[in-house]
Formats: sequence, structure tokens, C-alpha cells
Amino acid sequence: MTQRFVIIGTGVAGIAAAQAIRQQLPQASITLIGDEPDLYYSRPGLAYYLTKELPESSLFPIRRSALQKLNIGIVHGRAAQIDPDAHRIQLANGQNLPYDRLLIATGASAALPKLPGTELEGVVKLDNLADTRHIIKLARKTRTAVVIGGGITALEIVEGLAARKIAVHYLLRRDRYWSSVLEDEESRVIETRLREEGVQIHYHTQATQITEKRGRVAGVLMQDGRQIPCQMVAIAVGIRPRLELAAAIGLRMERGILVNEFLQTSQPDIYAAGDVAQVFDPLTGYYNMDSLWGPARQQGYIAGLNMAGGQSPYQKLAPFNVTRLAGLTTTIIGAVGNGQDDDLVGIARGDSETWRQLPAAIAAQKGFDINRMRVMVGSQFLIGAIVMGDQTLSLPLQHLIAEKADITAIRDDLLNPQANLSETLLDFWTSWRNDYATQ
Amino acid sequence: MSLKNLFRHENTRRQALVKGYVVPETARCVQCGICSYHCPIEIDVRLHAWLGQSVKDRHCLTCGECVARCPRGVLSFEVTRFFDERGNA
Repeated sequence: MTQRFVIIGTGVAGIAAAQAIRQQLPQASITLIGDEPDLYYSRPGLAYYLTKELPESSLFPIRRSALQKLNIGIVHGRAAQIDPDAHRIQLANGQNLPYDRLLIATGASAALPKLPGTELEGVVKLDNLADTRHIIKLARKTRTAVVIGGGITALEIVEGLAARKIAVHYLLRRDRYWSSVLEDEESRVIETRLREEGVQIHYHTQATQITEKRGRVAGVLMQDGRQIPCQMVAIAVGIRPRLELAAAIGLRMERGILVNEFLQTSQPDIYAAGDVAQVFDPLTGYYNMDSLWGPARQQGYIAGLNMAGGQSPYQKLAPFNVTRLAGLTTTIIGAVGNGQDDDLVGIARGDSETWRQLPAAIAAQKGFDINRMRVMVGSQFLIGAIVMGDQTLSLPLQHLIAEKADITAIRDDLLNPQANLSETLLDFWTSWRNDYATQ
Repeated sequence: MSLKNLFRHENTRRQALVKGYVVPETARCVQCGICSYHCPIEIDVRLHAWLGQSVKDRHCLTCGECVARCPRGVLSFEVTRFFDERGNA
């Protein structure tokens, strides 16, 4: 009998899973279910759509027709309920869909803070393509906007609105930007660049209410009594995994759906991948969450292989993201963090829990104007790194950290403030790569 | 631009054509599509990045637009070693 595979979610994890299953089983029936009207697009690309660097039509890497060519069925609708005993999914429109193996890749959606006024017209988030279109439409009538939140998404909105000639006020709860991942000096570099773009940053500030005029945003009231009049309020305080389907059938969960290294949930025929999954890491014994494109694709692919009968473990690499913060290309790799950030509730998009871990490492730093580098030096390996501006070393560091290159020979040089950190790393990378290639 | 420099530019481009091509580092790519959008001859560079394939399209001008525009440093030129510095096989 033909095996039936159903994937809930049409993001990168779902697409990668479908492709993996099709590779393994040319005859199997594969169905993608999604409530996203635009199907599959580059979520990280929305930031560039907002800054006008890309037209909307360029956001779609794989067209519907390409999926149809792979004989992957697409059901447009919302999965309302899973019946694990009967191996059946009920859609919101009442339709039933049987499955042999199921993948939950429902992703995450923006969390809203407890703030009066978030229901008003003019309050926006940046979760999906529809949100982006909405922001762009509203931006035409907006002179001033207030952005609340931390992490990458908040900055994407700040920069997108600034590129659209809107006066932007950015509210931070404490004294600096993204304190859970960046060091003081790194936050300052970003903030200085934002100010140069005309963004007004308000420190130690908390919004207490969004005020209204005829159902529309009129301003933001702050805890010190001041009010910023504005026509738009953008909120990016983090994301919440979409867990409703899993919760209703009692799958094991913490912050996300708990899955083993084969991406399998507590129900053997149900798998989970992407932003919704909290994945077991056999090396540390912990379950981790990332909200990154790369790991989502990798998890989807591995889940697909295993659903098709394979036994491939997901090997968590040092999570990394290359992003632009205030126009400055920034690569974050491995554990670099400082713990808490009041501007976020839980995880944000483009974020990894691993980054916030306080590494057992010493920071070796080098900085000149906008080009900065911080490398977390462990006893034998590099644990993490942040590279801002000049990216010459980001790829070498990514490999050295992911492959756990033994840095004993250069450790003293790395930690010697007089030594040239970049040259030491580049020389080491060149010889390590040659050795690695000949292994 | 002087005539001499014009030739030098063309020479560099031709050298690049026979000596190298654009390679992606797939793990860095988020499929935003800026590379494909800026390709003057509409090569789907993004698809190459998804599949982890070098852009060995014979139409590729090696103009470097995709390499320069990628916001995440996914793309780079890689030199093939079939020719020595003088271009001899």
C-alpha cells in the first residue's frame, strides 16, 4: 500500500521534509497542509522587502508548480485536530485526511505584550508576508512610528520604516539593545548607527498604553507620563511556537514540542521540526529551541528522511545567523550570550537559545570603529563568536566552532591582548583547513 | 577609463570566467532571492544556493553582482585549479 505522509506547515521545515520524503520514496503520497495563503516564501527575506531592496515577487524560492511537479499535494486550510489513534487529521472545514506518518511544522507566531491598545488599527507585527504588506500599506500614511521590542525582528522593522522615511522612536526597557546576546560595546555600535539613520532611541522606557483616536493608534503613553504621538506601533517582543494541535493530543511539551534526536515526538508516528520543535541534543542532554532558517531546514530534512524509514540523527551544529543590524552585517555563532533581555519574552525570530548561554570561556576581542570581533575561547575549542562589519573571519570561525577545531596551539596568542587576533585566526584557519581537507 | 584599463578590466573578467565560478555556502543562505533578483542574465542563483551547487552556468558573466549583493555572505568566487597563472592548461 502507498504510504501516506502529511506535513502540517508550508514553511522551510515542511518543504525540506517533503523534498526528503520524495527523494527516498518516489511513489509515496505526500500532502502539505497550510493556512498560509502565500504558501512558501523566504521569511527572512521580508526584512529586505520592507527596506525596498526586493520586490514581493522575488520572495518565492519554489513555486507551487514545482511542488506539483514533484507530485506533492497542497491542501490550503487549517488543521483543526489530530486523531493519533485513527491516524487522521481533521481540517477546520470538516474535511478528514488520513496519514501514516505526520510532521508538525507549524512554526511560531508573534507574541503580544500585556499592553492596553494592542487591538487598535495601526498596531503591527512582522510575522508573515501579509503583515509585511500591511506595514507597507500603512506606512504610506504614517509620519511617526513607535517600535517596541528587542532582537532581530524589532530592528528589521525599525530599519524598514526608516527606509520608508518614517520618523521612528525605538523603546528599550533597559540601557541598551539586545543585552542577552550582545556585549555593551556591540550594542553601542548598533545604537549609534541607528541614530545616524535618524532613529530616536528611548532608554529605560516602558510603554504603558497605546492611546487611540476613533479606533486608530494616536500615540504611546510611557511609564514616566510622557506621550509620543504616532500613527503606527510595531511590536516584536518575541514569538510563541504554535503548539495548539500538539497540546490537544497530549504530546510531551515544554516550551516547544519535545522531540528526540530523530525528530520524533512522544507519539512514534508524529514528528516535529522547525520553530515548533524543542530538540534533544545528545551531547548536552538538553532540549533546545532555535528560530533560525538553517536549523529549520535541516530538521525538516532529517525528519523527512526518518519518516520515510531512515534512522538519521539530527546533529545540532553551533547555531549561527548572519544578519544585518543597523545596516551592519553581523554573524553570531555558538554561545556568546549574557543571559536575560527584558525586551523579549522567550525566544525571538532569528534567535537561538544557545546564544544566550553563558559560555565557560574567555572573550578575546578586537574592535576598530564598525569592524568588531569577539571570540569566546574555551579550554580547547572556540565556543562562540560575533563578527560585525568586515566578514573575512566569519566563515573560518563558523567552521572552526562547528567542527570543534583544537585551538590549544594558538590559545595563548588568542588571549594575548598584544597579539593580532585576526592574523592568528586566519593563519590557524589556513593550516587547519589544509589538514582537514587531507584527512 | 583609459583604453589600457578597459582592456585590463575585460582581461580580469575573462580570467575569472575560465578560472572560477560562484559557489554558495548553503548553511548561510535564507533564500531571500536578492542574488537572483540582481543577476543581469536571470540565472536562478538562489536555487543553486538551495541545492549547494556552484554556478557553473556557461552564461554566467562572473560579474559579481550576486556575490556583492548577498546580505549574508553566502556567495564567493572559487578559483578552479585547471590553469596555472599564465592560463596554460
